[in-house]
Amino acid sequence: MQKLQTGKRPLSFYALSIFFGLFVLFLYGPMSAIYILSFQGPTGGLTFPMRGWSLHWFDALFSQQRTGDFAGAFTRSMILAVMVLLLTVAISVIAGLAFRRRFVGAAFVFYLAVASLIMPGLLVGLGVGLTFQTLGVQTKWFASALGAQLTWTLPFGMLIMFAVLSRFNRAYEEAARDLGATNWQIFLWVVLPILFPGMIAVALFGFTLSYDEFPRTLLTSGAANTLPMEIWGMTTNVTSPALYALGTVTTLVSFIAIALALGSIAIIQWRRSRPVGNVSSAKEPE
Amino acid sequence: MKVSPALTSYLQIGPLLLVLLLFFGIPLLVVIAYSFFQFDGIDSVPAFDFVNYVDVLTSGVTLSLYLKTLYYAVVVWAITLLVGFTVAYFLAFHVQSLIWQMALFLLCTVPFWTSNIIRMISWIPFLGRNGIFNNALIGAGITQEPLEFLLFSDFAVIIAYVHLFTLFMIVPIFNAMARIDKSLIEAARDGGATGWRIIWDIVVPLSKTGIALGSIFVVTLVMGDFFVVKVMSGSQSASIAMAMSNQIAMVQYPPAAASAVILLIVVSLMVAAILRVVDVRKEIAG
Repeated sequence: MQKLQTGKRPLSFYALSIFFGLFVLFLYGPMSAIYILSFQGPTGGLTFPMRGWSLHWFDALFSQQRTGDFAGAFTRSMILAVMVLLLTVAISVIAGLAFRRRFVGAAFVFYLAVASLIMPGLLVGLGVGLTFQTLGVQTKWFASALGAQLTWTLPFGMLIMFAVLSRFNRAYEEAARDLGATNWQIFLWVVLPILFPGMIAVALFGFTLSYDEFPRTLLTSGAANTLPMEIWGMTTNVTSPALYALGTVTTLVSFIAIALALGSIAIIQWRRSRPVGNVSSAKEPE
Repeated sequence: MKVSPALTSYLQIGPLLLVLLLFFGIPLLVVIAYSFFQFDGIDSVPAFDFVNYVDVLTSGVTLSLYLKTLYYAVVVWAITLLVGFTVAYFLAFHVQSLIWQMALFLLCTVPFWTSNIIRMISWIPFLGRNGIFNNALIGAGITQEPLEFLLFSDFAVIIAYVHLFTLFMIVPIFNAMARIDKSLIEAARDGGATGWRIIWDIVVPLSKTGIALGSIFVVTLVMGDFFVVKVMSGSQSASIAMAMSNQIAMVQYPPAAASAVILLIVVSLMVAAILRVVDVRKEIAG
């Protein structure tokens, strides 16, 4: 192996590049296949060859007989994901701020969150379901499933805030305080704008992890299904490309969320890295 | 109104602690309580009885379920570690442009934000009797008959696990590797160390916290899985969590709760064993 800095790449670089390429193919290849297959003609089956191209199976998705209540499940999943997103961002940010100071019980909360993160999802669902049953409360997607999903998104949110806050320069806060800002003003106009890209990342985790959550939601969503439950039902009942159409639609929503989040983080970082031209533009933008 | 710093910390950590206690801590205690209840064939009857534990521990099925699940966990752990380490090593040490490094890293993590169930079922058109692999193999004249072992087999289960969980290895290992001082590698190279020596004596020891974190994720995910093994083995194989989900479907909550508690103990021991080898506390606590 030669020096990495020299212009000529070592042989291992090419070997590893090929390995990486194969891994990416392994990661995305099967997924692309089902996106293509979801455009099967009406007589097409679950595998290649394509028998014509059509939107037939997307159509079938919205006509209820075949696939259950897709539109309802989709609406519920979206609402739930937005609720989880908002709660995850709000709770993670203030929890992250709390961990900047030492306090009795910090380690307990930290390890509770980590345990919650690696707890098998089915056990969380079972526990929440049984708790509601014991209390005589019906499980509902917007209550029990919301809580069960938060036990999974909040630890991620907390760990991301740790990473963000570890690079946070407290001099900005002190400067604001010296200039007479109140605690609330410092939080709103100094801390939040600096944390904003990190909050978008937390939002991305909150939304997508909730939108696709299955093991924790299975036993807690009550009578009305969320989308992953609908997909799960289809994997065992539906043996037509409608299943792939559902996969394509679902993944499209995830990809839009990822693109929005990563795109806005990239734009913010780019704007921040621009040299400051004059004094007026040095003011922190809202 | 002046709020003391200590009180501020508790107000800030309050929402996180509340959600974790209500939807993780208490449900866990409820599961433990249910594991001592009696099951009369229809209902769960409150009691303090070890009968569920005796049933689980004396059942011949339990041992074979654990052996099967451990087999999956060990094989998937070894493959994801090898692949994850190689990919992270390539990204951290061979991709020199920071933008490219970020872009390729994101390429590996994007699937994390999409549905696991969809990614799993995307293997079906690939591995089936008339699937893409078999058609390709027959087309190339490698086999005459389609290979039967590809889908609905251990092979399919392991492929799906590796597909779903490798990024849980890549992210923490890459994180650890990104922090390794490049001058250490330079110094070793100037001292005449070969590429393999550098990997083994410098990169591996310095990224062991990442390896441990990734291992914890992969092991707990495989141990707690019930849906991959069900779909990808065509219900021909089983895991502990899948047997548990079958019990839950038949509302046999006390036996399911006892299995859950035993699974939890086993998983905790595995995590503890990993933590004994590598202390990751400093890593995640910042």
